[in-house]
Amino acid sequence: MNTEGYNAGEHYDEMFTPDGEVRSHYDGFSNFLKKASSKKMNHLQSSANKTQLAMGMTFNVYHDNQGMEKILHLDIIPRIISNQEWKKLEAGLKQRIYALNLFLQDIYNEQKILKDGVVPSELILKSKDYLEPCIGLTPPKGIWCHITGTDLVRDKNGEFYILEDNLRCPSGVSYMLESREIIKRVYPELFNQKGVMPVSDYPMKLLKMLQNLSGKAKPVVGVLTPGIYNSAYFEHSYLALQMGVELVNGVDLIVEDKKVYMQTTKGLQQIDVIYRRIDDSFLDPLTFNPKSMLGVPGIFDAYKAGNIGLANAPGTGVADDKAVYAYVPRIIKYYLDEEPILNNVPTYLCREEKDRKFVLENIENLVVKETNAAGGYGMLIGPKATKEEHETFRGLIKDNPTNYIAQPTLSLSTVPTLTDEGVSGRHVDLRPYILYGEEIEVIPGALTRVALKKGSLVVNSSQGGGSKDTWVLYN
Amino acid sequence: MLSRVANHIYWLGRYLERAENYARFIDVNFNLMQDLPIGLKEQWQPLIAATGDLKLYMETHETFSREQVLYFLAFDAKNPNSMVNTIYHSRENARIIRESLSKETWEEVNELYYMIKHGAEKKLWKREDPRDFFEKIKNQILLIYGIADNTVARAEGWFFRQLGQFLERADQTSRILDVKYHILLPSPSEVGTPLDFLHWMALLKSVTGFNSYRRIYGNIDPSGVVEFLVLNKYFPRSIYYCLKESERCLLSISGNSSGGFQNSAEKAMGELRSKLEYCEVTDIINTGLHEYLDNLQIKINNISNLVDENFFRTKDNFTHQKQEQKQG
Repeated sequence: MNTEGYNAGEHYDEMFTPDGEVRSHYDGFSNFLKKASSKKMNHLQSSANKTQLAMGMTFNVYHDNQGMEKILHLDIIPRIISNQEWKKLEAGLKQRIYALNLFLQDIYNEQKILKDGVVPSELILKSKDYLEPCIGLTPPKGIWCHITGTDLVRDKNGEFYILEDNLRCPSGVSYMLESREIIKRVYPELFNQKGVMPVSDYPMKLLKMLQNLSGKAKPVVGVLTPGIYNSAYFEHSYLALQMGVELVNGVDLIVEDKKVYMQTTKGLQQIDVIYRRIDDSFLDPLTFNPKSMLGVPGIFDAYKAGNIGLANAPGTGVADDKAVYAYVPRIIKYYLDEEPILNNVPTYLCREEKDRKFVLENIENLVVKETNAAGGYGMLIGPKATKEEHETFRGLIKDNPTNYIAQPTLSLSTVPTLTDEGVSGRHVDLRPYILYGEEIEVIPGALTRVALKKGSLVVNSSQGGGSKDTWVLYN
Repeated sequence: MLSRVANHIYWLGRYLERAENYARFIDVNFNLMQDLPIGLKEQWQPLIAATGDLKLYMETHETFSREQVLYFLAFDAKNPNSMVNTIYHSRENARIIRESLSKETWEEVNELYYMIKHGAEKKLWKREDPRDFFEKIKNQILLIYGIADNTVARAEGWFFRQLGQFLERADQTSRILDVKYHILLPSPSEVGTPLDFLHWMALLKSVTGFNSYRRIYGNIDPSGVVEFLVLNKYFPRSIYYCLKESERCLLSISGNSSGGFQNSAEKAMGELRSKLEYCEVTDIINTGLHEYLDNLQIKINNISNLVDENFFRTKDNFTHQKQEQKQG
């Protein structure tokens, strides 16, 4: 396919340098791409689409015969990451998860970091995700965040930045695994030649990590799903299938004498570890949201009594809060006495005088976010806002500085993508998955989400985003 | 095995089998109609009567044209037992318990769903000859059974699916046989005429039993066909065979190898199976075929309810799918 007209623009492109040279880790692939006709590429793409549909790799909710099921479009041009770059990412992610875990253990126990004033107490203690029932708790082996999916982006210079820590129920890992299976069929020879690190052992690693949460020799493990109408149901059932464990709903479980049992055709059977894919507040109507029908009454007591392992541990959500995010570099420094290997997107805390001054002076170049709002509410996108709006936000910040943070507008790197007008650059982000079992392990692969619309930065599947297979090379 | 999962896998078996049988008897009626002498009206009403959904049909239809009946049985979303619905439900059940199925099984069930959806979108019931389509649906379901037969471990889940499948098949065979009762001959004096034989042959073909029957019984003879479809010990679609298999599944599920029964489902099943085991075809004819079959369907339904009570209902707030068919 002709890529001569390919123009990365002012963004960092994963395959081409600004001069139009192919980056060396893309070598074998670019030869393939050059030789393949656009007809062939389109053919490969459409067979990948068909495979996805046949596999039932669909998302979205449907209630009846007329319901919609969509596939998450998988672009067949991979995103390739060199081993050298990956090593750095890996080290940075391990460092970050290690520190965040120490932070969680601390704030639910001694609260040293709050007493030392490194992180403001009220930021943590008043957060809705700080779960009082967890105070004084130490989960098995002191691990809180067993499964993490961290979002990263690359700026103009190709530098990686952490965008978000997802410590609750990060999804998408099934797409990483299934996409790889499909892409392996698309490029059978390239996989041999290039040496792509495998991801298919993830379910084994996940199972081992989960088993590690129980003292028993052969613990019974289950995946707890909110049910078929959850948009990630495919993933829940996929992971249960791949691990060979039960997929349970809340109604399958009951708690007796602080032990959790599954209701089987032969009566009750005790379950020892649960990978829960429902949020904290729905987990146990007796401890958290009393209206929840999804959870299991009494499961939190069983957890406190040490009779059930839960991954991720309840309470982890407080550490991936937007306001806490800004403190992660300091959290790393505090617990590890190390500089963070991976940077945050520079974040200005309006509660701090120096930052506030900078924000007020440069508001037209910044994105201002309300710390306790989500989904784009309470946001100001400086470069796109009017003077009046700038003024309004200046007022808001002055009135209530603790409520606001600000960040520079982000640049996202691009990857060549198959489009109607041939190969063209589209913006991507990156979500690698990290498991914290006996040690911390970063899976050598990731979910790369791609904004399929030209120029768009929105990678969400619900808004026209797709995905790419992510190849981490052996060398 | 989780009770909820067992429930879904049982219904996966039932719905698949129901869809397959509908494909079978639509196909066979087509063949039959082509053999009928010119001037004899096409009879599509008996098919509806045999499914037990005559009342529902009559609520919205006044006549029984081929197109209307095909649509109602295969593609009508408002008919709970239409193929569109049973295939949709079998896929839903499979989707919910996908972690308990082999990958291939799920993929072929999914494929089946897209086949029927496609058929509905293409308005196949308006085609002159949709037999190809029903043949493909039937074969797709047989493919699913074949894949399952060769890839699934004979553990509890297997027996629950088989139990659903064989109970449904026993019920459906009784309904296919009952079609004969509803197909009217031009006059009572036609009993035993070539036209009457055509009907019986069509029935045998619908269960792919024509050749086996020929080899065992030779001539087509009503009491022979009834004996073959109800009491034969070796034909995999005879009612007796299906009940014997269902009983085997129940005993495997509870691990009962000592004889007798351990729960109410096993008891009812054992009673019905042994009744058929010692039944002669003259007993059936004397009772009246239609009455006999009606009674059988009630008993099969009762067994299904007992399976539900014994294995699936461990907690009150379980959501239940129970779909029965009415008596024809």
